[in-house]
Amino acid sequence: MGIFKKKIQPVYSKPGDASVSQAFKNGNAMTKLSFFVFGLGNIANRQIVRGLIFLAIEIAYFIYLVSFGIGALGDFITLGTVEQGQVYNEALGIYEYSAGDDSMLCLLYGVITLVLTAAAVFVGCMSGKSAYCTQFRKEKGMSIPSFKDDIRSLTEENLHAFLLAFPIFGILCFTIVPLIFMILIAFTSYDHEHQPPGNLFTWVGLENFKSMFSQGSKLAATFWPVLSWTLIWAVVATVTCYILGLLLALLINRKGTRAKGFWRFMFVLSVAVPQFVTLLSMRTIFNANGPVNVLFREFGMIGATESIPFFTNPLYAKITIICINIWIGVPFTMLSTTGILQNIPGELYEAAKIDGASAPTIFRKITLPYMLFVMTPNLITSFTGNINNFNVIFLLSGGGPDSLDYYYAGKTDLLVTWLYRLTITQKDYNLGAVIGILVFIILATVSLLTYRRTGSYKDEGAFQ
Amino acid sequence: MRAKRIITDTACHILLAILSFIWVLPIFYVVLTSFREESGSYKSYIWPRGFTLDNYINLFHGNNNVNFSRWFMNTLIIAIFSTLLSAFFVLCVSYVMSRLRFKMRKTFMNIALVLGMFPGFMSMIAVYYILKGLGLLETGVLKQVALVLVYSGGAGLGFYMAKGFFDTIPKTIDEAAYIDGATKWDTFVKITVPLSKPIITYTLITAFMGPWVDYIFAKVIMGNETPYYTIAIGLWTMLEQEYVEYYYTQFYAGCVIISIPIAILFLLTQKCYVEGVSGAVKG
Repeated sequence: MGIFKKKIQPVYSKPGDASVSQAFKNGNAMTKLSFFVFGLGNIANRQIVRGLIFLAIEIAYFIYLVSFGIGALGDFITLGTVEQGQVYNEALGIYEYSAGDDSMLCLLYGVITLVLTAAAVFVGCMSGKSAYCTQFRKEKGMSIPSFKDDIRSLTEENLHAFLLAFPIFGILCFTIVPLIFMILIAFTSYDHEHQPPGNLFTWVGLENFKSMFSQGSKLAATFWPVLSWTLIWAVVATVTCYILGLLLALLINRKGTRAKGFWRFMFVLSVAVPQFVTLLSMRTIFNANGPVNVLFREFGMIGATESIPFFTNPLYAKITIICINIWIGVPFTMLSTTGILQNIPGELYEAAKIDGASAPTIFRKITLPYMLFVMTPNLITSFTGNINNFNVIFLLSGGGPDSLDYYYAGKTDLLVTWLYRLTITQKDYNLGAVIGILVFIILATVSLLTYRRTGSYKDEGAFQ
Repeated sequence: MRAKRIITDTACHILLAILSFIWVLPIFYVVLTSFREESGSYKSYIWPRGFTLDNYINLFHGNNNVNFSRWFMNTLIIAIFSTLLSAFFVLCVSYVMSRLRFKMRKTFMNIALVLGMFPGFMSMIAVYYILKGLGLLETGVLKQVALVLVYSGGAGLGFYMAKGFFDTIPKTIDEAAYIDGATKWDTFVKITVPLSKPIITYTLITAFMGPWVDYIFAKVIMGNETPYYTIAIGLWTMLEQEYVEYYYTQFYAGCVIISIPIAILFLLTQKCYVEGVSGAVKG
């Protein structure tokens, strides 16, 4: 098969596998120069179009740098120096605003310039490598690919570059650049007192992290309770949904149960409804005057004007949210476990029955280990998903009931909903960014640690 | 022995009946309230005094504040465009990761994993300013374009599911095509894509449902431009303090209307998901 492949795929650039440093070491003067004057090696060897494209990219980059980029980098270091001020205009007799620097834009343009510079360095390396390729082919007496060949190679061995170009551009614009930007904001003083364009903010180093962890500050007094509730919530929500969902699936799948499809449908119905619809209606259902309280009143369990504080008492709110989450999550688990349950080898159960094991023992010793083995990756995903479970908290309780001991957080706020409040409502972007970074660290450690310890990672064939 | 089995069976069925009652009850309440005749929000009783279809009819003859049909169309348009764009991204990336071997492959997959661990809307503010810098937040229509970009821009990172599917298509099929002189692009378009209908449908539908259920990004980008709202923020608005008395029952009618198509689509994805996980061609 290898022989055929070689025949059909003409070898355009065998030395293309050479690393950048190899290309620089082994290249001749022209190749080395191509790292700095893009496309030189290509033009010299009559690959005019390819060379010109490289050159055009370099020229465009330098024009950008001279006209805008250098200034942007300077502003990036200082984050703006001229504060917006008021100047008295004597002719009109009024105060006028004089335009100052916008720290926000300084930071943004700085990041963009840095990304563009990285891209330019990357293109430079490509140019050097390409020149080395051509040099190599010339020395070996091979044919030098024309521009037409280059285009054709996009559907062949460079197909990955062609297919990845647009998605990566999208990811760069909407994920990576914003992320770098927000990570940098964690090291600035961009809070509600330093709002551009009116005020400047500056670099403050690790100040924000320090205040988040310093003893006795209000921030630390908020951070630790919110963190512990986030972890409790994630563990409880994941475990309850998983175990109860598994039991439900078992209940439906057991031999004696009739009309399996009907029961399954009843539960799937609640999954099929869009989540925000369920959450918003649940919020109204558990409202102080909602139907649940009405029901309790009619049964005389509480007085006619009383209501159970489902969302206003901290403890009740936490329990309510976990229960509603069970309502939402259990059918999901039921759906995803049904197929796996049916795959458990029947002999295991028969053997257990012959040995006289009771139903709970079978569940504990066979079903649960088997399911855990297969589904640990799923569990980790749902655990991390729950740490970031913005929708359930935000749409149900909105993080409330609010607490005066906390820095703009409520008793049921998770780290992510607190992040939302700090950025959107409170405009303390730097604190929000710090929390985002901390959430990332928590998630990364949790997933790495647990994933490496699981059976499915260590011993792939245990149940085969 | 037999008597014992009958007892456990009955107990199980009763338990299932109670549970499914609990699970269906809130949905039933939503449907019930959507037909309630009396306006106003919370009542001191549960069973409506009268039934009417007006809630549904009024939804589509709304005034400026609540323009359900317009919101519906907005969401539909945004959903269609972002579906096409993000399905294209996802398919490209997952094909490349599954089939082509190149130097940065592992690096890219690890980066995708790491990026997935940051809270999604941590970057929201930055995205907001980038869109503003691009001039995409000037008018309502441009904001819709911005929303499409936001929904599909980072879609390339969610390639794991489709990659897993492509991995199950036997490599020998590709090699047979190469021998017949097909380029890799030809193989992608003419062989892999037609073989991957379940996963393409799955990708399309999941991408399509995104805009219908997203609240945060839509709210941040749309701000107060009520006519350009999507369904999710529209419905949320109906429950706000100043509206809830008028629109409480209509809110439920709106929920029912959009739940039906989404539910059907969801059941479709379940079917495709099962087919997608079980692989393409047995070879």
